[in-house]
Amino acid sequence: MARRGPVVLRAVVIAYLVLLVAWPVSLVFTGAFANGLAPVLDTFRDPLVLNALRLTAIAAGWAVVLNTVFGVGVALLLVRRTFPGRRLLAALVDLPLAVSPVVVGLAIALVYGARSGWLGVPLANVGLDIIYSTPGIVLATTFIALPLVIREIIPVLEEVGTEQEQAARSLGAGPWTTFRRITLPAIRWGLVYGVVLCLARAVGEFGAVKVVSGNLIGRTQTATLTVEELYMNFDREGAFAVAATLASVSIIAIAIVGLLRARTERRTS
Amino acid sequence: MSIEIRDVTKTFGSFTALDDVSVAIRPGSLTALLGPSGGGKSTLLRIIAGLETADSGVVTIDGADATRLPPQKRGVGFVFQHYAAFPHMSVARNVAFGLEIRKRPREEVRARVDELLRLVHLEQFGDRMPSQLSGGQRQRMALARALAVEPSVLLLDEPFGALDAKVRKELRDWLRRLHDEVHVTTVFVTHDQEEALEVADEIVVISQGRVEQTGSPDALYDRPANPFVMSFLGPVTQLGGRLVRPHDIEVLGIEVRDAVAGVVADIQRVGNEARVRVGVGGAPPVAVVLTRAELRALGARVGDTVWLRLAAGAATLPVDDAAVAPSGPTLPAVAGGEGGRALAGASSPRG
Repeated sequence: MARRGPVVLRAVVIAYLVLLVAWPVSLVFTGAFANGLAPVLDTFRDPLVLNALRLTAIAAGWAVVLNTVFGVGVALLLVRRTFPGRRLLAALVDLPLAVSPVVVGLAIALVYGARSGWLGVPLANVGLDIIYSTPGIVLATTFIALPLVIREIIPVLEEVGTEQEQAARSLGAGPWTTFRRITLPAIRWGLVYGVVLCLARAVGEFGAVKVVSGNLIGRTQTATLTVEELYMNFDREGAFAVAATLASVSIIAIAIVGLLRARTERRTS
Repeated sequence: MSIEIRDVTKTFGSFTALDDVSVAIRPGSLTALLGPSGGGKSTLLRIIAGLETADSGVVTIDGADATRLPPQKRGVGFVFQHYAAFPHMSVARNVAFGLEIRKRPREEVRARVDELLRLVHLEQFGDRMPSQLSGGQRQRMALARALAVEPSVLLLDEPFGALDAKVRKELRDWLRRLHDEVHVTTVFVTHDQEEALEVADEIVVISQGRVEQTGSPDALYDRPANPFVMSFLGPVTQLGGRLVRPHDIEVLGIEVRDAVAGVVADIQRVGNEARVRVGVGGAPPVAVVLTRAELRALGARVGDTVWLRLAAGAATLPVDDAAVAPSGPTLPAVAGGEGGRALAGASSPRG
């Protein structure tokens, strides 16, 4: 009798996850191959689809690089320094998680729009288009994924403390050497974790990118936008094939995170 | 190398950690910065190391102004209470860190690391990771790491504070012997007066951001400058309006000249020690420490009348000094008439 409660609870949780997550996602994969391999291969021969996947890879790549470099910098600033406005900055870092991506897209369009944006007009005058162009997509994707690296590193930095860094300094290491040889190894798993999450989030971004890209087919259409386009045009295999590609990236990312987590838990126990 | 601290002040917000402190440390000495927690002694050590910057004042190391130098340019070795081991490096790599930073030839680094690991008795552990060492071993590794770069000054911040009593005792003796061998100017912070008295050549007593007294262990114990220093270095009690150490009071069974009469209120035997409280009219009870043999010879029991007088050469101070009360760990209890408790807690005062 004592075991019944947990068993019921477990069944509820499993049913919930299957109905909401596992089953729909698995349908994406089966849907892609509903009519065999040929339509799927056709989809990946379509230059428009390839272009979209390439654009997504570029945007996600930049988002990961920018968020890693600035994420480490901002996390160090927030944890290791005290300055007026520090708490405001910490709250600001969480904003992209709280605000709808569509709102983010609109905000970026307002600032960088070539017609009337505060920064967009001067940039357009020197020949640099942000909105309806790759830089805008990179910007939106980076914005959306901004907190992920920072939030992963901050608790690690706080737990490690400053004594190791101070010891390194007293042993003759300058700030850069101390960062490279002491701080970076200490936060490396948190950093990898954050980068993987950032990548998964960046690859899947839809709303903000839709607003800033203008959805110009073959030019500013990312993979997620292509999925929508194909689906609307009743190309179900095509939509499912691209969707399955995106889902695979996320699943691989989550698998890596799971492995890392198991590893760190073993290390600390 | 000598260290000179002149007029150093340091505040954290509205809290004054150091208030116009000046200390001179002799080359080659082993100096203890002793005082209650929060008294400013760790801050002073960190300012010497360059891990904190003074608001005002000057730090001179070996005659050169080091006030504005970053820590990596000061030539100091620093040892932390919680070891600050680099967990992703082996013990040998930890010790080699400072030498690798200085890009010394590999052969030289290996020879020096081997030598240091022998010095700290860790020659078997070079390939282990710090997490596989005990606390005492980790602290010895941290010491070897600090010594590897041949610092002109070795600074230790509560180096044995995180260790259990037995290991602490061993490491204390070992630090003393190490200093006799290596002769590097060494400054360590401690709140344990026994540790300071046992290990150091020179003690600087610091409390509430000020230097209370500087001197050799004997000088401080025998000639304390004020009631705070006296009560911090060991238990104190009051006799005839003066502060005095409980073992500096003679208990007599017969009346003699200048002796104060009192009634035995309480006797507590701990090992070879007999702690006696004697009630004297109109004053807080006097705490006296006798050996078991002395108590037996005296033959006094609770309720008996005895006569108390100061032993020859006893250090005493006038009691009416307001500077004692706030932070003196033992005195308030004595003044409050709980001499026995003050005695029991006095062997390791902590602020």
